[in-house]
Amino acid sequence: MPYSEMMVAPMRAELSSIGFEELRTAEDVERFMENREGTALLVLNSVCGCAAGQARPGVRQALEGPVKPDRLGTVFAGQDVEATAQARSYFADIPPSSPSMALLKDGEVVYFVPRHRIESRSAEDVAADLTGAFQRYFGAPAPA
Amino acid sequence: MSPDWHPERHELHGITVVVDTSGPEIFVGRCDDLDDHQVILLDVDVHEDGDDGRSKEEYVERAARFGVWKKFDRLVVPRSRVVSVRRLGEL
Repeated sequence: MPYSEMMVAPMRAELSSIGFEELRTAEDVERFMENREGTALLVLNSVCGCAAGQARPGVRQALEGPVKPDRLGTVFAGQDVEATAQARSYFADIPPSSPSMALLKDGEVVYFVPRHRIESRSAEDVAADLTGAFQRYFGAPAPA
Repeated sequence: MSPDWHPERHELHGITVVVDTSGPEIFVGRCDDLDDHQVILLDVDVHEDGDDGRSKEEYVERAARFGVWKKFDRLVVPRSRVVSVRRLGEL
């Protein structure tokens, strides 16, 4: 059963305030995922304090680095049920978990961070994991 | 340092753990609680040594990379059968 939207709103805002597009419907997700050009980060947000409490600040820190995805999208697991199911259908061979994150390049999932790699870690560790993946899969920044 | 969201529960509450037993079974699930008598797991997968041609160690290696598909919503493992409880994220 979904949580009160009043409770969830700040958790949504933690990502939307740093540039994430909130994908609230299956159609929103389809539009985001069918744009296969370039790089993207899709975050499956979650209420769970045990893991999401580190995930969102970790994402924010990672996006402060020099290499970052072209597009940012998020669905809220347990809240936007159809949108979440639609998102998971694009990586159906990976067991579902939330929070979790998918890095996409030209429409393909190149890196996935499942819940169990978030929940035992600090925000700094989550950021370091993501930053490393951004550099590895999204390439070095253009020279200044 | 993350806040303690559920101070009345065991420190592993909410953490995905690998529960190995003295028998052929090994479990992966989200720890709900743990005490001297039992380990309560949510969203649980179970593997028996040799199933699908995979040893317990091979199963855990794969689980650590991708996670698991749950077979049970909730499962209680008697502590007397438990050999170890480890965080999946640290394997």
